[in-house]
Amino acid sequence: MTIQTTQAPETGVAIANSLTAGRLPKSAPWTILVAAIAVSAAVFAVVSFGSGSGYNWGGALFVGALLYIPAIWLFSTLVEGRRRAMDRLVTALVTGAFLLAMIPLVSLGITVVTLGAARFDADFFSMSMRNVTGEGGGIVHAIVGTLLMTGAAAVISIPIGLMTSIYLVEYGRGRLARGVTFLVDVMTGIPSIVAGLFAYSLFAIFLGPGTRTGIAGAVALSLLMIPVVVRSSEEMLRLVPNELREAAFALGVPKWLTIVKVVLPTSIAGITTGVMLSIARVIGETAPLLIAAGFTASVNYNLFDGRMQSLPVFVYTQYANQGNPPQAYLDRAWAAALTLILIVMALNLIARLVARFFAPKFGR
Amino acid sequence: MTSAPAPIKAKLRIGDLVFSRSAVFAGSMILVTLAAVAVFLIVQSIPAVVATTEDASILKTNFWDYVGPLVFGTVWAAALALLVALPISIGIALFISHYAPRRLASVLGYVVDLLAAVPSVVFGLWGIGVFAPALVDAYAWLNEYLGWIPLFSGTPSATGRTILTAALVLAVMVLPIMTAICREVFLQTPVLHEEAALALGATRWEMIRTAVLPFGRSGIISASVLGLGRALGETMAVAMVLSASPVITFQLLTSVNPNTIAANIALSFPEAYGLNVNVLIATGLILFVVTFAVNAFARWIVSRRKEFSGAN
Repeated sequence: MTIQTTQAPETGVAIANSLTAGRLPKSAPWTILVAAIAVSAAVFAVVSFGSGSGYNWGGALFVGALLYIPAIWLFSTLVEGRRRAMDRLVTALVTGAFLLAMIPLVSLGITVVTLGAARFDADFFSMSMRNVTGEGGGIVHAIVGTLLMTGAAAVISIPIGLMTSIYLVEYGRGRLARGVTFLVDVMTGIPSIVAGLFAYSLFAIFLGPGTRTGIAGAVALSLLMIPVVVRSSEEMLRLVPNELREAAFALGVPKWLTIVKVVLPTSIAGITTGVMLSIARVIGETAPLLIAAGFTASVNYNLFDGRMQSLPVFVYTQYANQGNPPQAYLDRAWAAALTLILIVMALNLIARLVARFFAPKFGR
Repeated sequence: MTSAPAPIKAKLRIGDLVFSRSAVFAGSMILVTLAAVAVFLIVQSIPAVVATTEDASILKTNFWDYVGPLVFGTVWAAALALLVALPISIGIALFISHYAPRRLASVLGYVVDLLAAVPSVVFGLWGIGVFAPALVDAYAWLNEYLGWIPLFSGTPSATGRTILTAALVLAVMVLPIMTAICREVFLQTPVLHEEAALALGATRWEMIRTAVLPFGRSGIISASVLGLGRALGETMAVAMVLSASPVITFQLLTSVNPNTIAANIALSFPEAYGLNVNVLIATGLILFVVTFAVNAFARWIVSRRKEFSGAN
């Protein structure tokens, strides 16, 4: 930079601000972007005019953004040199990667809301699919099943998960602790369908083949939920400062009371967040429930007898077994998908709010 | 010389005993559960491995001929998904950790995490309703102009329900976890290294190349292996998007595509009976073993890195 400021007057070029010599002006990237999109829009206009098909806005924007990448590199190479050009190229690529990932998210959000709104009505939340063929019907049976099975899974996994994390943080030493840590990590990666197969074969061996009940679904879900609960609560328990524990011990408080009265209350906000996120994770699981709990058209309140419908499986079966008219089935599938997404988002949001407002305040 | 005082023995409290025992019990439940998963799957699979077409109607010849194309399809789809997702997730992670304005960074992180919150069945519905039809034209174009590459040869599918579409949906689904891990590692890069690079006159990209990426290499590897594990086991999206047949082919754009293990189970299980159930459970066992190996490998890389992270 300094070299250029001293050299610039000698070459006889008038420079308004010597500090910005050899750099593209700040507005250059935006100008180039607009120009690139304009060029691509023009090309697309010619193509659509020539072929007579409709104008493809998405394609024009996409190609324009693609065109921007070599354009900024070229301009920057000419003005700023190879190194800065590379920097600008990578900046464009990295930003592009982020925007690219936003395309499916936005597209999915828009699709689910627009297509889901068609059947998002009172009937949908007050009827089951019993004796419904064609239009009408609702998801009461699926909501009941989802609540019961997720609830049962939570009842199984929260105590086991929480106690395991307490074991790992407060008691765990040696090989058992290391083994448990490793296996929890491995458990996180169990494919959900394998969890479903496990629950199915567990109940098939004891109750005869073909048994599909709500509790089998709950077992499958808890297999997926336990590792998430362990991981998140373990992290939260490790955050509790050791001084708190030592202060309690110094006062003669037994270890278990220290854990129950000091460690857990300090970390309860984080643990709640983790538990809610784990519920949000398993509530959308389809494959294990499809295999272990099956699907049905009627409301079933009994976890231990008969098949049980759930929201994600409802979405799948409505899509996979389309009857007549097919649009009614698709509408129900999308509306149920919208319901499911709303539930998951609500759980995520509440979890984050809990983490934010109930977290203990340390004096740092 | 006084003899060493006898060690003070803590009073044995019943509450302590109960609490610590139940903690140990819960911890060992994890071991028991995983062992039970393996045992039950193995017990149910043994009859299937030796079965022939007379025993199980789902088999054409024998078990291994049945499972071969499925294993190929699983690995092929997951590998394609990883190939697409890895550069993009590194890009997003860099964008969030080093390019986006500091204030926006955490919000953008949440936005990417939103992708992880979408249930896979909704991805499947979206993939078949919106994504696959949108790709038909692109596939036709690829086939017309790049058809001389074997990958893009053949007759392009008219529905867009090809293995490439399935792999792209998978890529979207594994993006959040890969991005999250890469981002964490990139954020841990010692600030002094970054500032040293910048002070020597490096541009932002040179700083990232010399300081951030070498530091994050093992993080990137473990992220991609974990993403691979996710993609291997993902079920519903593939089951809904892919129109599959039992073949082994590398062609990406045709309507003849290999199926994946997980999707095949989801599609065939509700109607399966008799020994067919055991055959499907046996394929599930293979999937379990593969993902177990992949995940264990990822964790091994992560733990190996932990030992050195203090020094560099």
